[in-house]
Formats: sequence, C-alpha cells, structure tokens
Amino acid sequence: MTRDERTVDVLIVGAGPAGLGAGAELAASGAGRVEILERELDAGGVPRHCRHGGFGRRPRGGETGDEYARRCVAAAVRAGATLRTGVTVTGWAENAPADGAHTLEITGPAGLERITARAVVLATGARERPRSARLVPGGRPSGVYTTGELQQAVHLYRQPVGTRAVVIGNEAVGHAAADTLRTAGAEVVAMVTDQPPSPAAALLRPRGRFPLLTRATVTGLTGRTALTGVTLRHEDGRTTTLRCDTVVFTGDFVPDHELARRAGLTLDRGTRGPAYDAEYRTSLPGVFAVGNLLHAVEKARVASAEGRAAAAPVLRHLAGGPPPAPRPVALAVDAPLLWIAPNRTGPAGARPLRGRFVLRTARRLERPVLVVSQDGRELDRQRLLLPAVPGRAFHLGAGWLGRVDPRGSTVRITAV
Amino acid sequence: MTPTVTRAGELPDGDPYDVTVIGGGVVGTAIARELAKYPLRTALVEASDDIGNGTSKANTAILHTGFDAVPGSLEAGLVREGQRLLAEYAAGTGIPVERVGALLVAWDDEQRAVLPALLAKAERNGYHAARLLDADELYDREPRLGPGALGALEVPDESVICPWTTPLAYATQAVLAGVHLHLDCRVLHIDTGPDTHTLTTSRGPLRTRYLVNAAGLYADEIDRHLGHDTFTVTPRRGQLMVFDKLARDLVRHILLPVPTSAGKGVLVAPTVFGNVLLGPTSEDLGDKSDTASTADGLHFLREKGRRILPELLDEEVTAVYAGLRAATGQEDYRIQDHPDQRYVTVGGIRSTGLTASLAIGAHVTGLLTRTGLELGTARELPGITMPNLGEASPRPYLRADLIDRDPAYGTIVCHCERVTLGEIRDALNATVPARSLDGLRRRTRARGGRCQGFSCGPAVRALFEEARP
Repeated sequence: MTRDERTVDVLIVGAGPAGLGAGAELAASGAGRVEILERELDAGGVPRHCRHGGFGRRPRGGETGDEYARRCVAAAVRAGATLRTGVTVTGWAENAPADGAHTLEITGPAGLERITARAVVLATGARERPRSARLVPGGRPSGVYTTGELQQAVHLYRQPVGTRAVVIGNEAVGHAAADTLRTAGAEVVAMVTDQPPSPAAALLRPRGRFPLLTRATVTGLTGRTALTGVTLRHEDGRTTTLRCDTVVFTGDFVPDHELARRAGLTLDRGTRGPAYDAEYRTSLPGVFAVGNLLHAVEKARVASAEGRAAAAPVLRHLAGGPPPAPRPVALAVDAPLLWIAPNRTGPAGARPLRGRFVLRTARRLERPVLVVSQDGRELDRQRLLLPAVPGRAFHLGAGWLGRVDPRGSTVRITAV
Repeated sequence: MTPTVTRAGELPDGDPYDVTVIGGGVVGTAIARELAKYPLRTALVEASDDIGNGTSKANTAILHTGFDAVPGSLEAGLVREGQRLLAEYAAGTGIPVERVGALLVAWDDEQRAVLPALLAKAERNGYHAARLLDADELYDREPRLGPGALGALEVPDESVICPWTTPLAYATQAVLAGVHLHLDCRVLHIDTGPDTHTLTTSRGPLRTRYLVNAAGLYADEIDRHLGHDTFTVTPRRGQLMVFDKLARDLVRHILLPVPTSAGKGVLVAPTVFGNVLLGPTSEDLGDKSDTASTADGLHFLREKGRRILPELLDEEVTAVYAGLRAATGQEDYRIQDHPDQRYVTVGGIRSTGLTASLAIGAHVTGLLTRTGLELGTARELPGITMPNLGEASPRPYLRADLIDRDPAYGTIVCHCERVTLGEIRDALNATVPARSLDGLRRRTRARGGRCQGFSCGPAVRALFEEARP
C-alpha cells in the first residue's frame, strides 16, 4: 500500500483555537516546518458554529465564534504555519523512528500519508457526551441533540429542528443551545438541571424566557420514532413529563482523547485527558497536548492561550531541551472536586498558565479552602473568594510548586 | 433486469407472484435469496422502511457453533448447517466475521459443575473442539476478567459477525436476481383461495400462489390470518450496551454466561466494528414494539458487566439499544408447512436465527416443494461484494488503491467511525439503498460512533437529504 512519507518539525493535530494558537506561535518563533492538520473541511474548531458573542479578548470581545475562528485561522496562516483541512490522523505508525520523533498516519482525499515530526502537539478538543453515554433510558427517537450537533445543524447547515425543545443543563453552553433553538424558531419549553438553584439567580434578571427546573434528573425519553417527551424526577420524588419534540443534552464535555490513548499516553483520571505538566508535556517525550483535550471545555481564548504558551516548551524540545526533568509527581483532587489541570509537576521553575491551576467541582462549594498536601504534609492552603460552582473553572495559585518533594507521592488537593 | 425495490404506491398487478415471503428480516431475506435461485416470480414484503429492521437489527451478533443447542432439535440441525453455510458465504461476500472464540465462564461451584455436561452436549451436537479450562488457563486467555472465576468451557469456533450486512447481502442478491422487494408494505389481511392467496396490504392487494410467513414477532398474527392458532409470540426484550472502541482491547473472546436454572444471562463480546457489547437483559413483554431501554435494565447490565470485566465500566458508552426476541414458549423453532394452503410458517426463530438463516432458507424452500411448488432448475446467483464495516480487514479510509481511484473514499465524514463520503454515497445509491438515517447507519456506521452526531450529524443528514428522491 503506497503512502506518501514526509518529515516536518512540528505536527499539530487539530485546528481549533488551541492548535491554531500553537501553530501561529511556533511558526512565528522559527520552529521550522509547522503543519496543522484538521479533519473537518473548515478550520476553526467548535467556535465555527457558535453564533453567540463573547469570544476573543477585549477590545474585540464582541466577536462571535465564527468571527473568532476566522481570526485564529488567519493568524496561524499569516505566521507561516501550513494548514491542511479535510485530512484525518488515523493513528500512530507502528515503527516509530529511533531518534525520538513520532510518525502519524493520515488519510485524506489525496491518499494516505505518513508524516514524521520531531514534535507532535495534540489539540483534538472535546465533545459533549451524547444521550447514550449519559445512560438516559427510553426509546430511540429522533430529535435528540448535543449542543455541537444542534449548532452545526442550525448555523452551518440551516436544517430544521423541532418546535418544542427542552435543554438539559444550565451552564453557559446550555444557554447557547437555547439561543440557537430560538434562532431556529423552536420554543424552549424548559431548561433542566440536577443542580440546586443558584442563590444569586434570584437577584439577577432571568436569562431566558423559559422556566429553569432545578434539582431535576432526566429519567427517560418517550417516543419510538419521534420524540414525544422528556421524563423527569424531581428531588422530592415527583415525576413529570415535559412534552417536546426536541431535546438538547448540553455540557458534560469529555476530551476527544482517541489519539492520545492510541499513543499509550498516561491519562489523568479526573480530566480523562492526557496527564500533563505546566509545559504541556505528556508522558511521551516529544508529544505535547493543548486546549480542551486536556480538561474538556474552557473558553476558546483559554484554549488558544494554552496553544500559544506551549510553543516555548516545544521549541526547547526541538532545540534539544534541558536535561530530562525529574520524575513528575501526579496531582490529584478529592471529591467533590473533579479534576485539576495541569495534573503533574514539570521541570523546576515551570509554572502553569498565568501562575495558577484550573479546577472543577461536582457540587457548589461556598468559599471553600483548598488544601494542598503531599504524604501528609500540608504544602499550601488557599481560600477562594467566590463560591466554586459546577461547570465553571476556579483556580489555585501555583506558589507551592517549589515545596513539592520530587521523590514523594501524589500531591492531593482537598476542599474543606 | 432492473432491480425492483418499491416503497410507495400500488404494488405491481398482473399475474400473481409464485411465492411471497412476508417479513424482511434475516430469515425472510435468506428465504427470498434461496428462492431467487429458481425461475420463480418471488416477492418479499416488509412492513417497515428497511430490511433487517426488527429483531434482526438488534441482537448480539454472534455466529454460533450451536454447541449448546438441544441435541436432535430442528434448531440444532439448522444452526450447525447454517453456521457452516454463513461462514462460507461471509468469506465470499465480505460480510465481516471474526473468529474470536467463546469462553463460558463459571463464577461459582454450581456453574463450574455444569461445564462437563455442556462439553458433553457440545459433543452430542457434533461439535468436538470445545474443552475445559481451569482458572489459570482462563486468566491466561482473558487477563482483564474480573476476579473470582473458577474455570471455563472454551468454544474456539464461536464468532462475531455483522448483523446488518448479512440480511443486506441476502436482500441485495435476491433483488439482483429478480425478487421484488416491497417496503412499507404491511400485511393487513389474507384471503386464501383455491389457487392464490390475496394479501391486503397497506399498499393495496398482492396476489401470490405460495406464501411464506417469516414475520418474526408477528408470525403468530399472520398464522391466525390463515386459520392457525398454534403458538403465540411473546416479545422478549433484550437491552444491550455498546462500549467505545477504546474498550476493545479489554476483551479477547465472547464471554458467555453458563446457563443455569436462573436463565441464560449476560454476555460480554467484542463486535466486528471494534466495540464491546454487554447484554442482553431478558424481559417478557406484552408490547411487540417496546424497544425502549429502562433504568433498571441498564443498572442490571452495569452490575453484571462490573463482575465480568470491571474495567469496562470506566469506558464510554457508545450506544444503548433493545431488541425483541420472538419467544414462543417452546424450545425449538416453529417451522411448519401447510400443504393444503400452499403455505409455510417460519416462527419462533430465536437468537440463533442469524446463524441458521441460510439453512432455514434452504429448509423452507424444501418445504415449499412439499406443498406443491415446482422450483425448476437452479441457477447461480449474481456474485456480490458487500461494503466492509469490520475492523479486521481494511476499511476504505485505509485503502490507498480505492482513494486513488476515487478521492471520496479518502474524505472522512463520520470521524468516530471513519466513514467516508464514498461509502455514504454508495449506500444511498445501492441496490437496496438506505432510506433513513438509521438505515444509512446500518450500512455504513455513519453517526454510530462515540459522538453520536456531535461532529458529523448535520453533515451526514445533509448528504442523506440531498440524495433523497
């Protein structure tokens, strides 16, 4: 079987904000031949089909997702990165080169390729868990969406959706889904969350023109071929059925980690993305990871910043790099915290983006104190000024990193 | 000859069909394919919009050896013969099959005590390759198996097969050989005259000299139209969970439960698509269309799965579905000819029906001659090659030769399952084309992967709608 074989300096997999950010920065910094591969026909990632504002940074904060995506693409191309769309990385070559480079196998309309790179940056992003993965029982009717599918259907393909919709999840992405439904002419019957109502919500203007049902769990979908309703169980045991022909399961993001796993990278149990350090290094030398692959969904500008921040360590790797780092120490969280990112220590002095770690919690915590400890020794203690709430990032300063014993066991972060 | 596949409008009038098969499942399509070898006018009528759309689409996708059939039963004979025929047919037409072998795992002393009897039963069924494994050998074969297993019966020839390509291959070959396939054609009433049956269908009358009832869950109802009231089909629901492709490395064999007094139990099996299947439940229902999954069913499966393969539960679930088996309260197939009516009933075809299908086709054709049908001289069926959905041999996205000829095979549309534009286009233009998004999924796997359409859903839908006549 014939394959086109080539070598590049850096191969970036995924042309969303993170991959494009890495590509722009690396190409501009003289990393050599930088190639970005995108499996979709258009680059830009998920923001392509987000028509709501809030992308980018001020003063251009009014940008919509598609405008932001185009700007990311333009920046990478202008910097000199080679951007190729409609080509898919299908796996890692079995016979890796001996010099620490990596070889990826690629399928595209022009045929099969095998590209060897001195550094690989994985920027494969995240997706929302669909109804099946959430184990929502019932029939298998049509009319069941994730936000990603809904936004593409409405904004990119102008496909009709139903007339009466229920949105599952009340994070920002849920509200984006509700906006998209209204754009498509559907009535949002309700938004449903299993979380308690936010204390602040009562003080704020209601965001939508629909009821928000809190402390309610989806127990099933009714309808055999077409959706007829969503059944709910409220915390007090009541059950109700919302009549609808469309349901959107939002949030619950999971990293698209297939390539990472196929490479045998160590994954973090919390994020389900590759375990990585403040230099975006994974467990495999020469393979870096950036963006929402690392921690599911953060804002596009965070993913982009991570991509750009990874350029310096990638360049150090290309240059032969510093001597091998000491054995990384894993970072882990205790429930109800879900994950911390980055989640392993790196070379001495390496600090995560903006000097802080990102965390998520499974349930609301009122001004928690985050305690960092290793082998029973307390390394730090930080009080949050605001509540930690599910679906939103909060942070832990990295000042204690120097106190980690490189020969010790896992560093644990506990909320008290 | 132009293939005849209709979905709407009046049925062709004129002379009655020689034979009409009711039911386009794996059994009905196999019978139609067998009849297609003969110079007969044959019709295959199916109530839904696709072949293989009922019980056939939602099963455990195993090509059985028949080692555990009731010796001497009709089922035992047809499964053994069918296994041989289908394995050969699959190799010739490109239906994905993987001979992974099965392990019947004993988790307690009662189950372990049953294994020698099962080995003896396999021998009585003419299957001689099975053997007993002790716990060490078992864990050697299946290192990720949960702790506590005591031993196993190994059945090295049990295989997994593509349940969707099989009836599609039969139907394609039948239609190419001149069988008329009428979809969305529900049989509402049957008048049996001295020479012909007149079927009143949702698309008008259809006349036929001979009639085969392969209506699956509805075989008892069709039988009653002909005045027979000998069995009742009770839908037995089986809920199943499909785990992500990244779980595939956890399991090497079909892990079967040891059948005990408590019933047949839950299996874990690889699929030819590279996923892992967990199921089924077993629930007798009153409603022949209730293919809903339930919270209890999924909880039950997770508990069973946790014991069999603990790491499986950490993997993402790709799909959940339920199928309905046609249970008749009897242990054997209910295949019966009625010579005075030029009619054959093919009822009670249970989970082994996929394996036995080709043998059932030949058996039923034989029964038809007993009712007076003259077959004429058999001829070769047109050869076909089915699109490969299996992971064991290269799919189009890995084939430089195909992409070289047509770049559409290098254009991946569904990323999780790596389905190309070329395959989707082919499925929409095939002899028996996809007429729904679900039908397209069963022919190509598009939208069937871990993201369930998050990435490719609207693109696939656009291609489907563009092609819809």
